[in-house]
Amino acid sequence: MLVQLYLAFLRIGGLTFGGGLTMLPMLKYELVEKNHWITEEELIDCYAVGQCTPGIIAINTATYVGFKKKGVTGGIFSTLGMVTPSLVIITILAASLNTILDNVWVGHALMGIRGVVCALMFNTVLNLAKKSLVNVSTCIICAIVLALCLFTDIPSVIIVIVTAVIGVVSEWYGGSKSKNEKVIGEDGSE
Amino acid sequence: MNILVELFIEFFKIGLFAVGGGPATLPFLMDLTELKPWFTMQDLTNMIAVSESTPGPLGLNMSTYAGYQTAGIIGGITATFALVLPSLVIIMLIAKFLENFNKNRYVQAAFKMIRPAVTALIASAVLNVFRASLFIEVDGKLILSVGSLIIAIVVVILIQLKPCKKIHPFFWFVAGATAGCILRL
Repeated sequence: MLVQLYLAFLRIGGLTFGGGLTMLPMLKYELVEKNHWITEEELIDCYAVGQCTPGIIAINTATYVGFKKKGVTGGIFSTLGMVTPSLVIITILAASLNTILDNVWVGHALMGIRGVVCALMFNTVLNLAKKSLVNVSTCIICAIVLALCLFTDIPSVIIVIVTAVIGVVSEWYGGSKSKNEKVIGEDGSE
Repeated sequence: MNILVELFIEFFKIGLFAVGGGPATLPFLMDLTELKPWFTMQDLTNMIAVSESTPGPLGLNMSTYAGYQTAGIIGGITATFALVLPSLVIIMLIAKFLENFNKNRYVQAAFKMIRPAVTALIASAVLNVFRASLFIEVDGKLILSVGSLIIAIVVVILIQLKPCKKIHPFFWFVAGATAGCILRL
C-alpha cells in the first residue's frame, strides 16, 4: 500500500506541469478512477483544505490523501512520491543549465524566454486577481498591500500574518451581523 | 551559520507562510534575493522558466532549483524538504483533529483576506521579474530590451485567445527562445 501510494504520487508529480489546479484531472484519474482510494467529493474537500493551508497545494493534497489512507507513514510516502520527480529533474537541469549559460546563442534564447516568462507571470496574476478580488474590501486590501510592497520593504511573512488577523477580527466583530449572509465558496460562487 | 541550516530555516519559513501554492513562493524567494547572496533576480527568472516547463509543482521546482543554486545537490534536497515539512505537519494535524477545518467561518474569513494580499504580493514580485528580465545592465545603466518586451506583449495577447489557452508553457518558451535567436536579442 505504501509503495502504491508512493508510485501513484510519483506519477502525478512526474506527469503534471505547473502544479495546483492543473493537477486536478491527474489526481482524479489516479486516486478516484483508477485506485478508488477516495471519492470525488473527498478529493474536492481535500483540495479545499489544501488551498486553505500554507504550503504548496499539491503537497498538501498528497499529504492529506496519504494520511487518510495509511496514517503518518502514508502521508510521508505520498509526499515523497510527489517530491521525487521535481528533485531529480530540476537538479539535472540546473546542473546542465549552469554550464551552458555562457554560450552566445543560449544568451539570445534566454532573452526571448524571459519575455515569455513575463507574459506567463502576468497571466498568472490576472487569473489570481479574478479569483481573489471578489468584492470591494478584497480590492482595497489588494491595493494597500501592493502599495506597501512597492514603497516599503515589509517582509511578506508579516503581510500574510496581519491580513489573516484582520480577516479573523472583522469576522469576530462583524460576524454576528452578517450571519445570515450566504457563505462565499472557494471559487467565489455562492 | 552553516549554509544548509540557513537554507533549511528560510525554506521552512516559505513553506509555512506561502499560502496559495506555487506562485505564492515567488515573493518570498524575491525577499531572499535581497537578504542573502544565494541567487540574483536574473537567476530567479531562469528558475521560473525551467520550473514552468518541467513536470512537478511550480513551488517544489523553484525551491529545488534555488537550493541547488545555493549549495549544490544537498542544497536542493534540503530546501525542498524544508519547504514540505510545514505542510506535512499542518495537514496531518488538520486531517486528524479538524474535520471541517475549511468550513470554519474564522478560517474562511482569514483566507478571504489573505488571498487578495497574496495576489498583491505576487503582483509586486512579478513587477520585479519584469524589471530583472526586460532590462539589461550595461555599464551600470539599465537598458530596456525592446525585443523581449515585444515578445512579452505578443504572448500576453495570444494567451488570452481561446485556442491558445491550453498551449503548454514549454511551447511558449520554445517559441520565445526561437524568436530570441532569430532577432539576436
